[in-house]
Amino acid sequence: MAFRNEDDKKAYWKENLTLLAKLLVVWFVVSFGAGILFADALNSVQFFGFKLGFWFAQQGSIYVFVALIFVYMAKMNAMDKRYGVDEE
Amino acid sequence: MDVQLLTFIIVGASFALYIAIAIWARAGSTTDFYVAGGGVPPVMNGMATAADWMSAASFISMAGLISFMGYDGAVYLMGWTGGYVLLALCLAPYLRKFGKFTVPDFIGDRYYSQTARTVAVFCAIFVCFTYVAGQMRGVGVVFSRFLEVDIVAGVVIGMVIVFFYTVLGGMKGITYTQVAQYCVLIFAYIVPAVFISIMVTGHILPQTGFGATLSDGSGMFMLQKLDNLSIELGFNEYTSGTKSTIDVFFITFALMVGTAGLPHVIVRFFTVPKVRDARKSAGYALAFIAILYTTAPSLAAFARVNMIETINGPEMTGTSYEQAPSWIKNWEQTGLIQFDDKNGDGMMFYSGDERNEMKVDRDIMVLANPEIANLPAWVIALVAAGGVAAALSTSAGLLLVISTSVSHDLLKRNFMPDISDKAELFYARLAAGVAIVIAGYFGINPPGFVAQVVAFAFGLAASSFFPAIIMGIFSKRMNDKGAVSGMIAGLVFTAAYIIYFKFVNPAANTPDNWWFGISPEGIGTLGMMVNFLVAFVVFKMTDEAPAEIQELVESIRYPKGAGEASAH
Repeated sequence: MAFRNEDDKKAYWKENLTLLAKLLVVWFVVSFGAGILFADALNSVQFFGFKLGFWFAQQGSIYVFVALIFVYMAKMNAMDKRYGVDEE
Repeated sequence: MDVQLLTFIIVGASFALYIAIAIWARAGSTTDFYVAGGGVPPVMNGMATAADWMSAASFISMAGLISFMGYDGAVYLMGWTGGYVLLALCLAPYLRKFGKFTVPDFIGDRYYSQTARTVAVFCAIFVCFTYVAGQMRGVGVVFSRFLEVDIVAGVVIGMVIVFFYTVLGGMKGITYTQVAQYCVLIFAYIVPAVFISIMVTGHILPQTGFGATLSDGSGMFMLQKLDNLSIELGFNEYTSGTKSTIDVFFITFALMVGTAGLPHVIVRFFTVPKVRDARKSAGYALAFIAILYTTAPSLAAFARVNMIETINGPEMTGTSYEQAPSWIKNWEQTGLIQFDDKNGDGMMFYSGDERNEMKVDRDIMVLANPEIANLPAWVIALVAAGGVAAALSTSAGLLLVISTSVSHDLLKRNFMPDISDKAELFYARLAAGVAIVIAGYFGINPPGFVAQVVAFAFGLAASSFFPAIIMGIFSKRMNDKGAVSGMIAGLVFTAAYIIYFKFVNPAANTPDNWWFGISPEGIGTLGMMVNFLVAFVVFKMTDEAPAEIQELVESIRYPKGAGEASAH
């Protein structure tokens, strides 16, 4: 087995799922939250020349998506090393 | 030099480049043909994925659609990018570790079932054919408008080019041509957008110009002006939508999940050397896609302001048809702009109410934009080359999935398990060739429902592949019966809803008749839920997956030990 012991294997997967859940919450909040469900409310806020809800829907959420993937990548690479399951 | 000659030179040069790459990167084995030998660097895979993903629809039609939809256009912007987050976090690394060639491979092995594999193969082939017909059409349209050749000739030229590098190079040839095609298409998209942004707002970046004040000295924000114009002319306010919130929600979700479940996108992540590369290249892919997707809404808004002002004049009283700019006359010949002088005053007027005298097709927003903004001829030529690059790169990726599905999933894994690598490669090339001919036929004789079937492709991917793959990775115990019944239920449900509203009874396709107000475009989300639910219920009533499958699932959950993709 690649892991040092059975506990490590469980802990690794759990940590992965926790990270996933956190990042997917952000994913959901910026797009479906700010961009769709609360877009009307946010539109009363002016953000440069944009209404904020509109900006999230057509610009902001996309930037956040890109950032999320790179955050996940960095965290997972560090985690793989910590548990000794990275590819050498 | 005139536009047409420049267009021939620029498009011709890009073709020469693609062919040169194809000869350099020809495939020697099935591993080369299916997954480019598994040795594509992540940045390059990111570019190739971006080109694979951004089709003629993204390049030619999306900005135009947004231009006419305003806020509602966000369903495409978020839907076609947000799926990459799911892909990078929930699918790509694990599928890479699994290390096979195709999506049906994963479904078949994970659910230890030929039925599951066969269902997946047919979904993959159907989804890809749906898509590819539209691409070939896109090539034909660009050729006929910019080079004034016949649409048929345009499609045939496109077929020959794709045939050449797909059949010869397989995934390896496709990957490196897609890298070149990405560069061509993104350059072609950005250049006119930057020009127009500078013209309208003085900002170099279209993304900031989008939220900037107009450079006409009025001090008014561009979007404010667009909102005002829209209301004055009887359109809906640009920054707020007309679709119901629940429909926007469901469409966006279906497009996201569909994106993450599309086989030609997933298969790109089998081509990188390591699991960490799969994560990284998903990030790069989305970053490269985001460059176009954040430019598109800006372009859409600029183009709309520009078009309204050109047609209606600065005083919004209309302009003389006699002295209309040449682009209006040019595009009138293609039927994409029509002028009907209702009040007989010889003046053109464009509005959203009964005063309207213009019919403007949304597809011209990107293609005619350089002319509307009076940009130099080489920019117009560049846009033509970009449109062709976008269509060709996506077709090639789709055709490869079709050919792999036939040669690998159907022949090798079903009917002819003892086939040699060399023979399998021959069948892969043969299948690619046949698929191109069929796609070309549909490009020349498009079924009238091409636009409608796009909803189909995403709906089917969302309601069949996505849940099956997710459960395959995140639930160790999910079994064959659960997954197969889930896929079939999701598929049948989604297909029935779409077929009913699009083909059987199109007259009933109104929000009043939709379930919960969900349009056929968004029904894939509900189909996905049906899939999950049915799979869960059936799973609870049957035995869990055997021990060796559970071990397999555990082994794909960490990167160590990932070899290159292999047939066994």
